[in-house]
Amino acid sequence: MPASSLATPPMHDHAVPAEVLTNSKLIYFSSASGYTHRFVEKLDLGCARIPLLNHEPHLVAAEPYVLLLPTYGGEKGERSIPPQVVKFLNDERNRNLLRGVIGAGNTNFGTTYCLAAIKIAAKCNVPLLYKFELMGTPEDVTRVREGLEVFWTRKSQYLK
Amino acid sequence: MTEKLKLASHVEAINWNRIQDDKDVEVWNRLVNNFWLPEKIPLSNDVQSWNTLTEAEKLLTMRVFTGLTLLDTLQGTVGAVSLIPDALTPHEEAVYTNIAFMESVHAKSYSSIFSTLCSTKEIDDAFRWSTENENLQKKAQIIESYYYGEDALKRKIASTLLESFLFYSGFYLPMYWSSRAKLTNTADLIRLIIRDEAVHGYYIGYKFQKGLEGLSEERKQELKDYTFELMFELYENEVQYTHDLYDGVGLAEDVKKFLHYNANKALMNLGYEAMFPASVTDVNPAILSALSPNADENHDFFSGSGSSYVIGKAVNTEDEDWDF
Repeated sequence: MPASSLATPPMHDHAVPAEVLTNSKLIYFSSASGYTHRFVEKLDLGCARIPLLNHEPHLVAAEPYVLLLPTYGGEKGERSIPPQVVKFLNDERNRNLLRGVIGAGNTNFGTTYCLAAIKIAAKCNVPLLYKFELMGTPEDVTRVREGLEVFWTRKSQYLK
Repeated sequence: MTEKLKLASHVEAINWNRIQDDKDVEVWNRLVNNFWLPEKIPLSNDVQSWNTLTEAEKLLTMRVFTGLTLLDTLQGTVGAVSLIPDALTPHEEAVYTNIAFMESVHAKSYSSIFSTLCSTKEIDDAFRWSTENENLQKKAQIIESYYYGEDALKRKIASTLLESFLFYSGFYLPMYWSSRAKLTNTADLIRLIIRDEAVHGYYIGYKFQKGLEGLSEERKQELKDYTFELMFELYENEVQYTHDLYDGVGLAEDVKKFLHYNANKALMNLGYEAMFPASVTDVNPAILSALSPNADENHDFFSGSGSSYVIGKAVNTEDEDWDF
């Protein structure tokens, strides 16, 4: 590993904006293993990814959106929500525009299957829309794509 | 087997303060936090329930568990260890030693179940059956041959298919018993194994995909073809094995759906698309909910009107460093 990559990034790097606004109606988190990222790629919808690294600019939603995220965490489900997502939701602007949650996971994890999505839906009082495993089957992709379309159509009619 | 497994050719003192791949630390921590021993589970509470099973059901259960013991032994003593020489980082090596040890804990825990529920003679008979069953032996041999092979990435493929696919013809049964409120403590123990295997399959599959980075398209295609060929070979054998075990109790078709479902997950762990269509992966909902109480379809908001949505049960949302 080159020594330079170990250097701490400067505190006030003006080249990197502090935050980035997104109009995407789907915002997701995916770890370095990228399974959730691959699911999102298959959806082929406009979307924004919550930054993985601390020094990347903070993501801010500008439009109502659905959050899609996998579950990590221990035996009792503690710290099941990735810290990057906690940071994202701690921003009130992001919380106010959240309309629904989709969870990725693995049923092998028993009671913690999709727990992060379940917890966020409960805490933010929005519906848990769908759950799928790992990077999703072709059926999952179709159901989420079609489901989101109907969901947003209904939302827009309701608002009128 | 007289061939010696390759050892890591060069070892340096491991420095956990210099991490090349954060996934190594994340998975190490996860595995350590998940650590358990069979003594933690009150298996003796299952004795009464065991006595309600028919002789055929008891025999089936014991055979299933000796089969699982064989796979865990193979993965503990050969499989996980064979991955060490080709680790990309020293921390990956350390994770494999953890995986190897846990597989030995799994293998031992079946013996805890046996000694709690069965007589010595019954145990010996079941172990004899496992050494004589052709399809069980074949699946161990197929995997073992790749562990001794030269191709590091193929070893990871074989290992992931073992962790994420080959166990499930066996795991089905304790989930089935649990769904009928039988052997529920045994099922609790098996759930711990199932959870561990998911982390193992995820991690080895992830390292496989790291290994693919920078390879030629030709070599990537070769490994993909190889994965599906090996999956088919194992699947055919697994179907035979399933019939050997479950025909007597009429569950073979139900088990096969569980195999398809898990084969898809094994392929996804390696970064490949699911192979079996939804029409053959419709696992019995009772089995799915024995596996995960959150897995029920009622949480599919998209498929319903949306108005019937209720949050399943109270969840503790207060330990996540919320600011609100």
